[in-house]
Amino acid sequence: MNPIFKHGPSAQHRLILVLCCSMLLIFFDHKMHSFDTARGYMQSMVSPLQYIANAPKQILNWTVENLASRKKLVAENQHYKSQQLIFNEQAMQLDILRSENARLRSLLASPVRPEVKKMVAEILAVDTDPYSHQILINKGLNDDVYEGQPVIDELGVVGQVLHAGATNSRILLISDVSHAIPLRIQRNGVRLIASGSGNIRRLIVNHVPHSTDIKEGDVLVTSGLGGKFPEGYPVAKVNFVQKNETRAFAQVYAEPIAQIDRLRYMLLLWPEPVEAFSTSEVQSKSAGKE
Amino acid sequence: MLAHNGIIILLTLLLSLIAAIMPMPITLDTFRPDWVLVVTMYWAIALPSRVNVITAWVMGLLLDILLGSTLGVHAAAMATTIFIASGNFQKIRNFSLWQQSLVVGVLASLFHLIVFWLQRFLTDVVFLPSYLYPVLTSMVLWPWAFLLLRKTRQHFKIK
Repeated sequence: MNPIFKHGPSAQHRLILVLCCSMLLIFFDHKMHSFDTARGYMQSMVSPLQYIANAPKQILNWTVENLASRKKLVAENQHYKSQQLIFNEQAMQLDILRSENARLRSLLASPVRPEVKKMVAEILAVDTDPYSHQILINKGLNDDVYEGQPVIDELGVVGQVLHAGATNSRILLISDVSHAIPLRIQRNGVRLIASGSGNIRRLIVNHVPHSTDIKEGDVLVTSGLGGKFPEGYPVAKVNFVQKNETRAFAQVYAEPIAQIDRLRYMLLLWPEPVEAFSTSEVQSKSAGKE
Repeated sequence: MLAHNGIIILLTLLLSLIAAIMPMPITLDTFRPDWVLVVTMYWAIALPSRVNVITAWVMGLLLDILLGSTLGVHAAAMATTIFIASGNFQKIRNFSLWQQSLVVGVLASLFHLIVFWLQRFLTDVVFLPSYLYPVLTSMVLWPWAFLLLRKTRQHFKIK
């Protein structure tokens, strides 16, 4: 039944009401960050929708994995075997290098670098809006994920945790406009900061003086400054350098090493908190005495 | 809301939310139609007494949570667009299908531009023409969604 006389407030009043609500929400969310904890709960609340949306892709993946031909499996197996051989050899080398490094570090009285805890997470590949580069993964507060946690894939740094829900969390990619990451050049150790450009294949390296020794092909790794990302993980490769003297700084662009548009499995890292360094130092000293 | 098979309205709105976040290949992703906008607009035109600006705002807010954008951005855009649509529901109802899809195109571009303007106001995003590609697919989607939803409405006798 369509009532002739409408009940309740008129459409204009409703519009003004909801627009005011929107403005308040935008203000409190963007400027005051009042919803940072509430977002986690909201994320958990809508996660059933995300799991449903993801189900067709999961089913497809499952069928593809189960219907793989024997020939393909054999080829994959061969590939993994040869890979494992190479990795084993490298692991042997690594053991020797690690003990040597620890010895040298204890000689220099600097703290031995601790093992970092890691966890594999799978992408929930849920679409995000075009103005920000974010992805969703299937690990959350229940797995001790925390806000600002570094995330890497098999090639390099992917981003950091933006909001952690109970069973899933949202990751801000390094290519997002609002993201910046402290780096150094692997070749000579010059420290830099790279911010996202909104383009998935480009990072902008900020404030590079013209005299800096940087060239195309340089690998940029995390510097460990800022305390969010552990040191030494590859992030990007410089692919454009223009030293135009009329500008204040050199224009440098880099391409992320991680395949950000082809993510499936990622590693969550738990870098040792800073205060734990002193305890590990004490441990290494006491170990040295024994 | 729930009387006269209103649960079906909720169900279609939920389905549209799921369609809006369904993972897709990155090349098709820029062409993803505005499922939520199209479905909400159908109900706002067909049953303006049931689905109004507040419903649209709530849908926009859910979209904000699902897409991880600043809360209130999509909500404001959604509410404004649906306000215009439901204010002119009698005119839009009398248009032919392809005329309606032109109207949907205009409203969808308004929706995307409001979202862009608000985002531009909050962060330094730059405008890319690809942000408006969904308008084209929404226009193509409209006649099909309209016929399907009308069939649903008549079948379940939603008033």
